[in-house]
Amino acid sequence: MLSQETVITTHNLTKSFGDFTAVNAITFEVKAGEIFGFLGANGAGKTTAMRILCGLLSPTSGEATVAGFDVYKENESIKKHIGYMSQKFSLFEDLTVRENIEFFGGIYGLSRKELKEKGNDLIQRLGMGKEAEKLVGSLPLGWKQKISFSTAILHQPKIVFLDEPTGGVDPITRRQFWDMIYEATDSGITVFVTTHYMDEAEYCNRVSIMVDGSISALDTPNNLKHQFDTDSMEGVFLKLARQAKRGE
Amino acid sequence: MRNLSFILQKEFRQIFRNTTILRMMFIMPIIQLIVIPLAADYEIKHLSISVIDQDHSSYSRRLISKLTSSDYFRLVQYDNDYSKALDNVGKGKSDLILTIPAHFERDLIKENSAKLALAADASNNVKAGLGSSYAVQMIADYNNDIREEWIQLPKFVDMPQIQITTSNWYNPHIDYHLFMVPGILAILVTMVGSFLASLNIVSEKEKGTIEQINVTPIKKYEFILGKLIPFWILGMITITIGMIVAFVIFKIIPIGSYLTIYGFSAIYLLAVLGIGLLISTFSDSQQQATLFAFFFMMIFVLMSGLYTPIESMPDWARYIANFNPPMYFVKVIRAVFIKGSSFSDLLPDFLKIIGFAIFFNGLAIFNYRKRSA
Repeated sequence: MLSQETVITTHNLTKSFGDFTAVNAITFEVKAGEIFGFLGANGAGKTTAMRILCGLLSPTSGEATVAGFDVYKENESIKKHIGYMSQKFSLFEDLTVRENIEFFGGIYGLSRKELKEKGNDLIQRLGMGKEAEKLVGSLPLGWKQKISFSTAILHQPKIVFLDEPTGGVDPITRRQFWDMIYEATDSGITVFVTTHYMDEAEYCNRVSIMVDGSISALDTPNNLKHQFDTDSMEGVFLKLARQAKRGE
Repeated sequence: MRNLSFILQKEFRQIFRNTTILRMMFIMPIIQLIVIPLAADYEIKHLSISVIDQDHSSYSRRLISKLTSSDYFRLVQYDNDYSKALDNVGKGKSDLILTIPAHFERDLIKENSAKLALAADASNNVKAGLGSSYAVQMIADYNNDIREEWIQLPKFVDMPQIQITTSNWYNPHIDYHLFMVPGILAILVTMVGSFLASLNIVSEKEKGTIEQINVTPIKKYEFILGKLIPFWILGMITITIGMIVAFVIFKIIPIGSYLTIYGFSAIYLLAVLGIGLLISTFSDSQQQATLFAFFFMMIFVLMSGLYTPIESMPDWARYIANFNPPMYFVKVIRAVFIKGSSFSDLLPDFLKIIGFAIFFNGLAIFNYRKRSA
């Protein structure tokens, strides 16, 4: 399943806000088709790093390319090839499910005809035939997250960035959400995901753990468990996160 | 351009679902245009006057009846108690005190001259200024009446007099509605343009949807046009509703052409929308944007010449007013409505408004960032 093509590379990528170094010289690669887990305590710098890779924030120093484009100069080209789902739910609550799909699909270049087909298809797969014409604001959180993810990958991006996509939803919905993530990788989309749930970390192909702005560990879940001599990802995470000096 | 059609579709759907915007668009112009012109009347009537009569003569009574027979003054106190009069002024019951000294009549007849004292409560300087000038005029009139009675025939040997005939052009009856309605119309358009658009953008910042837009390939100009166009249309609708209200309630129809009004409105709206955009790039919450807009609104209204003429301002304030876009629009709309000025009469103002539109939108576009530093 994993190819040798790399879709994200960073080298000593750094972001400082004044004296504060939010992201400190991180270096890693993400392969095409991978599910790459990006873990770390609150305030470790995950969201900042992700925002740089999405072209929302300028880095201070270091290098990075996403989908082959440079984050300094080609940040607008990056945007055509990625999907992004932020921590904060960010579909338009005063538009219906169908209207949201239409808008986001449309600005990623889908034709009106494609939008109609893909939209119907998506609504059917999500089992939301009845809710398609309802305002998104009136739906439960778990559903919103699923719609949000589906619209983020509607245009078949190379990479999708998910920032704590399952925060605050029930275990059944989380499980369904991960089924959707697997489906997406099957269709060739690389998934870059941050999470606080250690069971979800186990679902990733490779996991990096950030502590105080730097990457302290990066490997497959199994190798990490061997390396830190515990039998769960939770154990790995606790061992690393305890070294953190930064408060929340 | 393809993106723009999706953005516009989304904006219009949201606007038509937002009852606050719709209410502001329809109800605000109607209420403001009905209430403010009726309330904003510069003529002051029924000023309260205290008369301290120490003379109690037929001439003093004649003066008092002259003053109080008009609509302008209302007698609230007539006696010989000055301290009570001061007390009345303090309580706000009286605006002016006229003191007629003892021997007023005797001095007037014997020595051909007499003195009166007029004191006005200048804590409201408009009232004091107008009140004392009305009183002085009436007293001068009273003076003339007496002199005419005293001077014996033949009248034509009377001292030479210059007679002045004034006529008020364009607004012969000095109708305040005719003056206020177009001005308020101009301010309404300003509010719709600068307030609504900036609040709309900032609310996207608050909800986080702007970040979702910023990670899409939407271009900066597409996003900005997507916000400008809907609110530009709303502004044009507001001015149309305003003109309908002006006609239905006050029977005011512009003497100049509608084309001139719409032409100016179109450009002016771009300028105020630019101000709205600029405000939105500086604020992170709707609260901040409201405070910004409130601050600008005060300057816009007070320095636009809507209530107080620009000519009455000190030099430095006039200088500032030159940089106040609503000043030009208030002036233009009034000129077209009342005088029927044509486009070529107003060309210098048109060019200045275009300048404002370019300046504010340029600054806003420069300041809007899809990516933060």
